[in-house]
Amino acid sequence: MVAVLPPPRLLPSGDAAITVEFSRTIDDNANRRVLALDELVASEALPAVTETVPTYRSLLVHYDPLRIDFDALGAKLMELALKPLPEAKAARRWRIPVAYGGENGIDLEDVAKALNITPDEVVTRHVAGDYKVAMIGFTPGWSYLSGLPDGMQMSRRQNPRLLTPMGTISIGGIQTGIQCIAGPSGWHLLGRTAVRTYQLGRDPTFLLRPGDAVTFTAVDEQTFKEQDRAAEAGEFVAELVTS
Amino acid sequence: MSKLIVASVSPGTSVQDIGRFGAQRFGLVPSGAVDRLAMATANALLGNPLFAATIELGPLNSVFTAKGGAVRIALAGALRPVEMAGTPVAVNTTVTLADGESLNIGVARTGSFGYLAIEGGVRGTPMFGSLAVNARAGLGSPYPRPLQAGDELLVPAAGATTEKRIDLPAPIEGQIRVVMGPQDDEFAQECKDLFLGSEWKISATSDRMGYRLEGPAIKHLHGHNIVSDGTVNGSIQVPGNGQPIVLMPDRGTSGGYPKIATVISADLGRFGQMQPGLPFRFKAITMAEAQTAYRAYAELLQSLPGRVHDSNILMLDIKALLQANVAGVAIDATDDATWQTAATDNGQ
Repeated sequence: MVAVLPPPRLLPSGDAAITVEFSRTIDDNANRRVLALDELVASEALPAVTETVPTYRSLLVHYDPLRIDFDALGAKLMELALKPLPEAKAARRWRIPVAYGGENGIDLEDVAKALNITPDEVVTRHVAGDYKVAMIGFTPGWSYLSGLPDGMQMSRRQNPRLLTPMGTISIGGIQTGIQCIAGPSGWHLLGRTAVRTYQLGRDPTFLLRPGDAVTFTAVDEQTFKEQDRAAEAGEFVAELVTS
Repeated sequence: MSKLIVASVSPGTSVQDIGRFGAQRFGLVPSGAVDRLAMATANALLGNPLFAATIELGPLNSVFTAKGGAVRIALAGALRPVEMAGTPVAVNTTVTLADGESLNIGVARTGSFGYLAIEGGVRGTPMFGSLAVNARAGLGSPYPRPLQAGDELLVPAAGATTEKRIDLPAPIEGQIRVVMGPQDDEFAQECKDLFLGSEWKISATSDRMGYRLEGPAIKHLHGHNIVSDGTVNGSIQVPGNGQPIVLMPDRGTSGGYPKIATVISADLGRFGQMQPGLPFRFKAITMAEAQTAYRAYAELLQSLPGRVHDSNILMLDIKALLQANVAGVAIDATDDATWQTAATDNGQ
């Protein structure tokens, strides 16, 4: 028997976008449906759809109201959203080097204290995780990863920092994140990677895509600095394990 | 080639066009002009494509100087005193700066942003199809940051031509129209009523990322954290302190606060032009009404080139123009008396 998928909610985001919401919480099944709908919308090449933005739990569909109205597009999206999920494809898998602790991860010690384990154990747990890019958002290349191992969940900082460095690897709630450009963050900073998930003048400009699989590997400060120079020159530094 | 030299510039001035699309899924926001109608007006006056890159001017004084040849420009948007070599220049007209001549742009009296278009457009290298400045992402051309004194823009030398004016219809006035949602169910009915029934003011701490509103605190039903989802221009998110923030063209592509409503596309420019501290209200309309307003707005934009006429100030009948509500043309923006009369006529 084929499982009947619960219908998503169609929420108006103004007069030129629809939010197709599969869940209100972070939920891997909902995220799979978001990414599946995103692919379906792309393959249908609906002329009125101008851009789609997948997130953890919803797909934001930007459209041209001169070409289609809310009800007609909503009906089409609902039809697509209720199609059976395709067979899971092998995702691209990236291995991303991280220099943990010290100046690169100023919260590592505090995270260890809060979790009542050693800083080394925090790193061991973090690199043991099998992660998925659930969404990219907020600022260019900021990648939100699901799959943070149990026993690493921590609520966000009371006082977000106004400026955290480029390449920061952090944890917040049940997520881990790869931040590309320097900016504000309320997450706990574990380390830094030389990988640029967004880099102008490189092909591709954006390295990761929603749905990609990610693992982290620990590197020392010296390696980080060498990788940082290589990344600045346009190298990925991240290793593509499967594609 | 001539040059347009930025002799001095208001804070918050940057090159903007319609923005860059297709990469919001990677966290790259479109950016682009706050007031598309005003940007398109400046471009229409010069015969440029409507959404060509212009200089989006902040509310304070700026001075631009032509160098190496004549430069033809048009200014639209916020009403403000403008003069060239001691002669007043009206907003919503074209003017040609002779080599060495300066355009002195005063403080905005109504509105926040002006749009300075250059004949032939701003020269630059598009990134993701746009010259629009997004300083955080290091994007924008010819400078990937707000303009500074000393910057130089390469421009085609102006040809000899008749200067132009534009007949604009009466601007839309009154409440800022919204469509409720996407997360209006995160708020109790009395909080939605409070949102729609209250007077709001834009905070002075607002910028192109978001306009912070001051008014009664809007409380959430289930707390102020939601799982991040996508944003649009005009999303009205409500953070923990209950003071809404209207997201503007440099917003984050996703956000984790509940969004009670969304400003309709047709009112976004008008909202973006509102000065901090002035009271206004929101009004909820249906999706059908919002999309009808969208079509009317799109038709207005497309009508702009047909509204451009040869400028011949001596032949203007000021009274007839005022009745036709083409305030930007009829008013001598340097003359407080005429300016205030017309502004009152417009109900501002």
